[in-house]
Parts: sequence; C-alpha cells; structure tokens
Amino acid sequence: MSDIASTRLRRRYAAERRFKALGLAAVVFSGLVLAFLLVTMTANAIGGFKRTELVFPVDFKSGALTVDPAQLQGPDAVQALQGAGLADVVAFAAARHVGDKAAAELNERAWRELADQLIADPTLLQSQVTVSLPVSDDLAGAARGDGPQPMQDLAASLKAEGKLVRAFDWGFMARADATGPQDVGIWGALKGSMLTMLVTLALAFPIGVLAAVYLEEYAPRNRWTELIEVSINNLAAVPSIIFGLLGLAVFLTIFPNFRSAPLIGGMTLALMTMPVIVISGRNAIKAVPPSIRDAALAVGASRVQTVFHHVLPLALPGILTGTIIGMARALGETAPLLMIGMRAFVATPPEDFTSPATVLPVQIFLWSDEIDRGFVERTSAAIIVLLAFLLVMNGLAIYLRNRFEKRW
Amino acid sequence: MSPAIPILLALALGLIGWLAARSRAWAFRKTARAAGGELHSLPGYHGWYVALWALIPAVAFAFAWSSLSPGLVLAQVLADPAASSLPAFGIQRDAILSEAQAIASGQLGAAFRPEAAALVEPFRAAQAHFSTIGIVVTLLLGIAGGGFAYTRLAPGFTARTRVERAVLFGLLLASLVAIFTTFGIVASLVFETARFFGFVSPVDFLLGTHWGPDPMASPTGVSGDRYGAIPLFWGTIFIGAVIAMIVAIPLGLMSAIYLTQYASPGFRRWMKPMLEILAGVPTVVYGYFAALTVAPLIRDVGHAIGIASASSESALAAGVVMGIMIIPFVSSMADDSIAAVPQAMRDGSLAMGATTSETIRKVLIPAALPGIVAGVMLAVSRAIGETMIVVMAAGATARLTANPFESMTTVTFQIVAMLTGEGSFDHPATLSAFALGMVLFLVTLTLNYIALRVVKRFREAYE
Repeated sequence: MSDIASTRLRRRYAAERRFKALGLAAVVFSGLVLAFLLVTMTANAIGGFKRTELVFPVDFKSGALTVDPAQLQGPDAVQALQGAGLADVVAFAAARHVGDKAAAELNERAWRELADQLIADPTLLQSQVTVSLPVSDDLAGAARGDGPQPMQDLAASLKAEGKLVRAFDWGFMARADATGPQDVGIWGALKGSMLTMLVTLALAFPIGVLAAVYLEEYAPRNRWTELIEVSINNLAAVPSIIFGLLGLAVFLTIFPNFRSAPLIGGMTLALMTMPVIVISGRNAIKAVPPSIRDAALAVGASRVQTVFHHVLPLALPGILTGTIIGMARALGETAPLLMIGMRAFVATPPEDFTSPATVLPVQIFLWSDEIDRGFVERTSAAIIVLLAFLLVMNGLAIYLRNRFEKRW
Repeated sequence: MSPAIPILLALALGLIGWLAARSRAWAFRKTARAAGGELHSLPGYHGWYVALWALIPAVAFAFAWSSLSPGLVLAQVLADPAASSLPAFGIQRDAILSEAQAIASGQLGAAFRPEAAALVEPFRAAQAHFSTIGIVVTLLLGIAGGGFAYTRLAPGFTARTRVERAVLFGLLLASLVAIFTTFGIVASLVFETARFFGFVSPVDFLLGTHWGPDPMASPTGVSGDRYGAIPLFWGTIFIGAVIAMIVAIPLGLMSAIYLTQYASPGFRRWMKPMLEILAGVPTVVYGYFAALTVAPLIRDVGHAIGIASASSESALAAGVVMGIMIIPFVSSMADDSIAAVPQAMRDGSLAMGATTSETIRKVLIPAALPGIVAGVMLAVSRAIGETMIVVMAAGATARLTANPFESMTTVTFQIVAMLTGEGSFDHPATLSAFALGMVLFLVTLTLNYIALRVVKRFREAYE
C-alpha cells in the first residue's frame, strides 16, 4: 500500500472514531442533563419534605388545661380545647422553655396540631409531654440563613441548644395550599389532580376506544372518514394551550359556575387525551390478525359480536398502554388548566367534581412564583411527588406492554 | 338540580327492563324450541333492546332537565311575593339570590343577608317542586319507552339487528367527537378573533412592532399601535425555532445515529428508555429547572463574558431547556426515517469500502433527509406551542433583539398573561389572546400538514 493511501486510510479511520465519539457524546450529554435535573430536584426536595420545628416540654399535669374527656371524643373537640385555652398553655410553655422571642415565632397553627395529638391520645393530658411544633415562616427562613440579623441570631442560638430542629413533615402529604411555606401541603392539589384525571379517563377512554373501533372496523372509505382521520391527527399535534382556549370559550360559557372545577379541567384534558387513545387504539386493533375476525365470522358471529367479543379483548393491552401514556401526559399538563382558571388559591382540598380545585402541576407553577425561599424546597418536593406518579404510570404501561402484548 | 337521582332511577328501570325482557325471551325460546323452531336473536339481545329503550329517552331528559330546571326554579322564586323586595338588578341581587340558593341546597349554614333568609323557603319549595317533576317525568319516560319496546318482543323479533344498529350509531357518534372538537376550536378562535379585529385592525396586529396592551385602559378608542405582534412572533421563532433547534437537532440526530448504528444492544436497551424519560418529564418541571438552575447559570456566564445586559430571565435559558425537551422527539423522528432507508443502499455503500460514518453521512442521511426535515418541522411546531418553559423562564418584555441573553416574550406567554389577569372578557387585551391563539393554531397546523405530507411521500418513495 502506498504512503498516500495509508495516510488517507488513517485519516478516514480517525474521522470514523471522531464521528462515533460525537454520537456517544450526544447520548451521554442527554443522559447527564436528565441526571442533573433529577439530582437538583431531589437535593432540593429532601428539604421540602421537612419543616422547622421548636421542641419544648408542655406540662399538662399541673392542671393548666381542664377539658371534659367526653367532649374530646365529640365532634367539637378542637373547639373545646380552644375554649379551655390550649393556645395560651402552649404559648406559656414555649415562653418558659425557649424564651419570649422564640415563643412569639411559634406558628399560628401550632396549637391545632397539638390539639390533634391530644384528641388522638387523651392520656397525654395527664402527663408532661415534649412537643415539636412548627415555627413561623420568618424563623424558618432565618434558620435557613435568610432575613434580618436579629432573627438569624435567635435561630442560631436556638439551634445550638437543640431546641430548633428540622423534622420530617408528614403533614406535607395531608394539607392543602397555604400562604407560608411552613404551612403548605400537597394533598389538596393531589386530590384535585386525581378528580380531574377521573373525569378525563371517564370521558376520553370510552370515546377514544369507540372511535378507534369505528375507524378501524366499520368506517367506509369516503370523505367523511378522511375528515375524521385528519381531525384526529391534527388534534394530536395542536399545542395544549389551544385546548385551554377552547375550554375557556366553550366549557366556561356553558358552565359559568364551575370555574376552576375538576369537571371542566377534566373535560378539557379529555379532548386532549382522546386523540392519543384513538391513535394507539387503532394501532392495537390493527395488530389483531384478520384470521381472528374470519374465524368468528365463519362460526356465525355478527360483526358487532366479532369486534366486541374477540378483537377488542385482544387489543385491550395495547389500548390500555396508550391510555396510560395519554393520561400521564394529561397529569403533567399545566397550560390549558391555567386558561380555565385552575390557578386560584385553594386552601381546602376539593370536595367533589364541581368544587374549586387546583392540580399538581399548577400548584408547582404557583409555588415557583413565590418569593419566600422556603418555597423553593417545597416546589421541588411537589415536583418529586409528580414525577413519582408519572414514573409509576409509565412503569405500569411498560409492564402491561411486556406482559400482555401478543405478537402474532 | 343534579341529574344523579333521575339517572340512577333510569338505570334501575333499564336493569328491570333488561331482566324482564330476557326472561320473556327465554319463555319464547322454550315454546319455540318445543315447536322445533328457534328465536331470531339471543335472549340477551331482547334484554338490551328493552333496556336501551328504557334508558336513552329517560337519561336524555334527565340531562336536559338538569340544565333547564335552575332557570325555572329562579323564575318561580322571582314570582314569589318575598322576591318583590329585591334590588332591581346588579351584583347585590345576584349575591342575595345565590346565597339563598346555597342555603336552600344545604351548602351554607345560615344567611348573612336578611333578604336572602326570606328567599330560602321559596327556593326550597321551587327546588322540591321542579325536582319532583323531573323525577316523575324521567320515570314515566323510562316506563313508557321500556313498555313500548317490551310489547314489541316476539319470537321472530329482530332484536339483535336493532341493538347492533344502535351500537354502530354510538361508534359513529364517538368518532364524530374529534370533528366537533376541531370545529369547536376553530369556531371559538375565529369568533373571538373577529371581535378583537373589531378593536384593532389586522394590519396593525400582524405588522406592528410595539406590543404593550393595557388591560386597564378603556376599551373604547384603543389604538392599534399597542397591539403590534411582531416582537412576539420574533421571540417565539427565536426561542422555539432557532435556539431550541440549535440544541435539539445536533443532539437528537447524533443520539439517533449512535443508538441505531453504533451502540451495543445492551447500551441501547438502557439509553433509549432514558431518552423517553426526558420526553415524559412535564413541561412545568422543565420550566422550573430553567428558571431555578439554568437561567442564573446563563446570566452569570453572560456577565463573565462581558454582556452587561444579561438578564435573569433570558431567551437563551428558555430556548436551551426547550431544546433539551425536544431532543427525544427529534431523535425518534430521525430514528424512524433512517430505519426506512433500504438496507441495500447501506450494504452497497459498505461494500464499496466506505466506513460506517461515511455511509451514514454520504448515504443514509441524504436518503433520509426528507423524513428528518419533516421531523424537525414537527419539532418546531411543538416548540413554538410550548408554554410553561417560556412562561417561567423567558420573561414578559416584548422586544425585538437578537441578543439571546436578554429577556424576550413569546406568543404563548402573552396568551397566558392576557387570560390570567383580571381583564374583562370584552377588552381587546383579553381578546388579543384569542387572536394570538389563532395565529399559533394556523402556524402549527401548516407545519404539521406539510410535515405529514413529506413523511408520507418519503415513505412511499422507498416502499
């Protein structure tokens, strides 16, 4: 081989290696970005599942609080404890053990949490208990290193004495939105998301499956069918915010009283999810071999019987996979719900499909706008909860696909 | 009135009809078989026939009644003598009425306004009156429908054919929902856009270069020079079609090439789902990531290289994160079109002594180019319709600049901003959101249409 040829070959092989490395770099870069995103969110989220609490003993033995035990079992137990002066008892105990300044920074809801504990276990009223109760947003911020210097000094001295701690906050999964990062919870938004998803599923799944059956099994080849197919393909590609405009202009005009209700949100998302279900449903129905249909027809089944007794059950795993993927997308959707007003401040979890609600992604968006730095961690924690739900749904879809999908 | 009770009743009637008709058909079958004959349809179909007749009219009425009855209730309450003391119109009147209604239906405990307390009883009476009518008529319709169908049953009755016709009709109806939705989108956009163009001329909107609507200004005498959307279009294109694509096209294309042509099966099995995860992350999470992590980073880099105007909300931050979001999309489109290139072309190139990368660059990519271009068009259409990332990271200032470190706003951002404010629905600022939505809809539709046509023709060329 001549020198020129071998040089050229070397150069070509070098180019080959460079190209391959470039491809690997692209894949690795994408992977690193994903890892970076997840690590940042998780690192922030760990703090988001915690809150800052004051630890101090409360002595109920000294008879500071007299409540009728029968009343503690009743529905008005919290009011009874309030009337007996639980808030003052807590404030007094706090002032004695952590000082007046720190006691003033106890969260307004602190005594309510203690009340819940007392109702759950009335024997506490006969003993001295060490409680760990949430502090105000100011003190929590100071413990993080924000805010005015005196408050930060207070937080530092309390921390040094072990009276100010960061504790795991179970209530985060049980409360709803609030004004301060110490008080917020995710349950309200989570319940809103669940109700919205139920409406979406109840509308999009039957309509999507039936439309897929019609288009695959019955539709004549004509202009109407083509129009239906074109609209479904277009709807699948329309930006989600446009569906929000539709929901605003149509649904909210028909039901003006249901602004920000899961019903309207679910209807809007159903229109968005339906094309996904139709498209995956059609593919799943198409994958059922014609021999199944022929066999059913040959033994005398009608076409409806063939489809509903034989084709649809065999296509169901594929349809379900598509449905779950579509639902996962709807669960993460924010923009159309902002359009129809699901961004209101909702401090109580929604009761039913028509009460004001917010959903998880919108809650994340609302919290991300807050100025208090405590919300950074809370937002990340909410994101982790959302991602966990999506992961479970997608995992379920993959499991269904691998477990039940048949290849003919 | 909630339609729940009448619908439950109708369902119960349907169940009764189903059972009764089926057992009657069984009786028919017994006598027919004794005579050596057979029924036309299975007993179950007779059951369904009667059930459908009992259900459909009753349920349809229940829904119609639940939307009609609030108006009727209100009319009866207003006719009551207690309502004569109400203020003639306005917010006060509505507040009193809705309070009285809430108390009457048990949502509120006690009245704040004395006028409302007086109206609670009339409301309760009217509600009871009309819900009784609703329930009775629903029941009657169900019984009448089911009874009519029941009398038609006979051994030779073609129940199956009729039930299947109803099923087919249901299928057709379901597939028409897609058309209704498309129609609804177009109609609502066109209607509101027309109202907007009543305030601002289309020329000012499409060609003006200053965007600064004031939702608080008086809606009359709005001048068109605050509604020039060119800066928004520029921001959208710059973020979605330029910056995002500079990130997404090379990364997506190279990932697809590496995963399909070079990677070992084991590596591919792990990395492909990872790319899919990247596609499954909700956009609000990307938006938060952009605003919290990427934007400050880019601002610092901007300051470090001497760009004083680098802002904490920048087109670059939004665009880069959007590009990352689009990577899996581009990659899977490229994957499909490369896989569609016939194996013979690849083999021919390799047989001539070309290296793998030469085959990819000189044979596969040129052959797959139409498909890749179509994929990029779809990616662009998705990027310009993306909302949350730009809402959270791109900023609100409309400006015409090519400096990616400055904040920039987009069409989708302005739609959100105009519709989540306090502006009234008759104000051009609010209506402008629909005009922007119209533009967005038309542009994405065109991009998708062209892309799908290209993909289709490209597939046909190799098949």
